[in-house]
This record gives sequence, structure tokens and C-alpha cells, in this order.
Amino acid sequence: MTSPDRANDTPLPSSLAEIADDFRSASNDLKLALLLEFSDELPALPERYAGHLDQLERVDECQSPLFLTVEVDEGASLEQRDVHLFFDAPPEAPTTRGFAGILHEGLDGLSAAEVLAVPDDAPMRFGLAEAVSPLRLRGMVAMLSRIKRQVRAKTVA
Amino acid sequence: MSTDDVKISAYAHPERLVTTQWLAEQIEAGHVGGPDGIALLESDEDVLLYATGHIPGALKIDWHVDLNDPVSRDYVDGAGFARVMGERGIRRDTTVVIYGDKSNWWAAYALWVFSLFGHDDVRLLDGGRAKWIAEGREVTRDVPTPTSVDYPVAERDDAPIRAFKDDVLAHLGKPLVDVRSPGEFSGELLHMPDYPQEGAMRGGHIPGAKSVPWARAAQEDGSFKSREDLEAIYLTEQGLEPTDDVVAYCRIGERSSHTWFVLTHLLGFESVRNYDGSWTEWGNAVRVPIER
Repeated sequence: MTSPDRANDTPLPSSLAEIADDFRSASNDLKLALLLEFSDELPALPERYAGHLDQLERVDECQSPLFLTVEVDEGASLEQRDVHLFFDAPPEAPTTRGFAGILHEGLDGLSAAEVLAVPDDAPMRFGLAEAVSPLRLRGMVAMLSRIKRQVRAKTVA
Repeated sequence: MSTDDVKISAYAHPERLVTTQWLAEQIEAGHVGGPDGIALLESDEDVLLYATGHIPGALKIDWHVDLNDPVSRDYVDGAGFARVMGERGIRRDTTVVIYGDKSNWWAAYALWVFSLFGHDDVRLLDGGRAKWIAEGREVTRDVPTPTSVDYPVAERDDAPIRAFKDDVLAHLGKPLVDVRSPGEFSGELLHMPDYPQEGAMRGGHIPGAKSVPWARAAQEDGSFKSREDLEAIYLTEQGLEPTDDVVAYCRIGERSSHTWFVLTHLLGFESVRNYDGSWTEWGNAVRVPIER
């Protein structure tokens, strides 16, 4: 685990940093509105996964069930292998969907090296704790750690 | 009278519950919202669910953000509660109707907290959010903008309906209702299925507690079972009496608020306290007795 005083030294990838800036500069009401946009815009599963939740990993730490999986393109090095993310959560769980939407928007298409370098405390850098409560944020921390674990597992030679 | 009305009129305190039909009529008649109208509040587990669409005229109340103290593990104080109510245009004598997701867990929780502050007229929408939507009734994303009013700073009176750990230790030997899932009661699970982030160091239950999972009081559509069916569970099967001194608990006090509501308002028990510290306190506390 990264110690708290060192954690802020590790920058977010620019795509995620932009989203974090938008959230941090917003009022609590606007944060929720933004999160709802991410929830609404979370892409549906592609056909190869739809109806095959058994092929996805279940993230139990979320208040409502969330399923995710990761695909990593072939390539010579971690820098050249792009990561693709797939999520599934029901419409009755918009907060969980919103967290997934942020991670999708911020991480999908990055290289495996960039995803693995995302600091574990990234979900705490959106200023969301006050708006949604720290307890609820643990779901996003769990999603990120599962994503990184899958990327690691899928890139070992 | 509709079958729903007949069901509700049989409860000990029928004035604590309203039907979706009644609410729809009140909305239609323009009685919801406004300075003299009924205040309609949605209280959900998911903090964004309200924003995806809610009953017209409803305002959001969130148990994390609005009703919990941000630092100490406690509820807001009288001034905090007055702010929560006042900014929603609610006066001390306003009729408040609360509804929510998950068979009204979080709505019952909010109602219980309102009761700590002695807000007199607070009711649940039977069946909550799910029943309203299942009936194809209108939902909207329009958020009302109430005019703030002064709500008096009421002293929170915990003693009659809230139990703390020491109260429970003194209560051992008297009726306790554990409303968690069977796996949590037996100690096999340290958390509710799907909610591992709210775990405990030890598994099991408070000695002598009866296991009555909260959901047994709810029907498929999220509404409460009839008085007769509830009596069959809590009186006949569990041997509780309305004159008993009862403490209900779960994991953080939200599911047991649902059971507190059932025992107090639907069955007319005179003395039911909700132990909101529940298993996340008891299962982590040092040297308290645990039964498995």
C-alpha cells in the first residue's frame, strides 16, 4: 500500500485527472449531477458479454452488484498494450454505475502500464466523500483494485 | 374501501401508513408540497436513485449526508435536524410521508430518526418506490424548490426508542430480535451478503436473540404483510407480547428500523427500541457476550 503522504505524489493519468478536476471544482449538488451523467452514459455490455455475467468478475464491495471484466490488446510491451473495460450494473444502482462510468471514461483505452500506475487512492481524489459518504466510495476503490489485478493477471507472460 | 385500505385499517396505528393510491390522489389534488401541503421525502440506499426519477413533488433525504453526524458515529443534533427540515420547507406540524427503495428500509430508518426528534406526523408509503413504479405511476426528474421555513430546534430524545450498547447489556434476558440474515445470525457470515465493507471482528448474535429476518415482514411488492400475518410471525411463532420490552438490531440499525416500525406501529408494541450500534458495534466490541 502507498503511504498517504506519498500517495498524492503519484499523478493520475490525464484522462482521469480531468474528470477529478471537474468533480473537485463542483458543488455537492453538481457532483451528484455529474455522477448521474456518468451513470447514464455507462456503455452497455457488447454482445459477446451480454447475458454472460459468469464471464465477468463480481465486485462484492459495491452496495449493489457490479460485474466487470478487462481485455488487454496484444503488444510488445505494457506501454503498447491497450486496456478495455466492460461493466454491468442495474439501473436501480446509479451510484455504482456512476463510479463504473468514471473509471470507464478515465481508463478505457489507456495502456496496461498506465492503468497499473494509477494510484490506489485515486477514487479519494474526486472530492466525492462529502457528497456520497466515504462508505459508498469504497465500492469504487474495490473496482479499481479488481481492474488492476485483472490487468496484471492478463499481462503476465 | 380498497383491499389496501382494509389492510391498513387493521394495524395498531393505521395513521402511520399511506397507500400509493392515496398519495396519487393527494398529488392530483395539489396537496403535496407548498407551505401548507404534505411533505414527501424519498430516502434510498443509493444516493443517486432519487435523481434518476422520483414521485412528483418528492424531495430527497439521504441518511448518510443529511441524518448522520459527519464526524461522530451518531445522528445530527437538534440544530442539524432543524436545518434539514427547514430547508425542505417542513414545519413542526407538517405531515411528512417518506418512501424509498429496498422495501422502505431507508425510509423506515429516516422515519425512526424523525421520531427521535419527536416529529409528530410522519408516515411511510406502503410498498415504497418499487410499488409506485410497478404500478406504472408517474415519476419525474423535476426537483421541487421549496421555500425555507424555520423548524424549531427540538431536543433529540433517544431513550424511548433507541438503545445503546450498555442498555443492551442491561437488557440481556429480555426479548431481543435479530433481523439479519440467517448466515449473519449463526456467525457463518461476518457481514450481510453483498455488503462486506460493513463487517465485524466476530460473528454470531447477542445471547438470547430471536432470529426474525426483517424481510419476513414484507410482501413481494415491498409492502407490509397484513396484521394477521405479522402476528403469526412475531406473536404466535416467536412468542412476543405487545407489552414486552423489546430491542431490535441488525448491522447498522437500518433493517431493524423496519422491524421497529412493524412492532411499534403495525402491531402496537408499547416499548421497542432500535439498537443502531447493532452488529458493527457488538461484533467489534471487546468482551461482550456472543452466542453462536
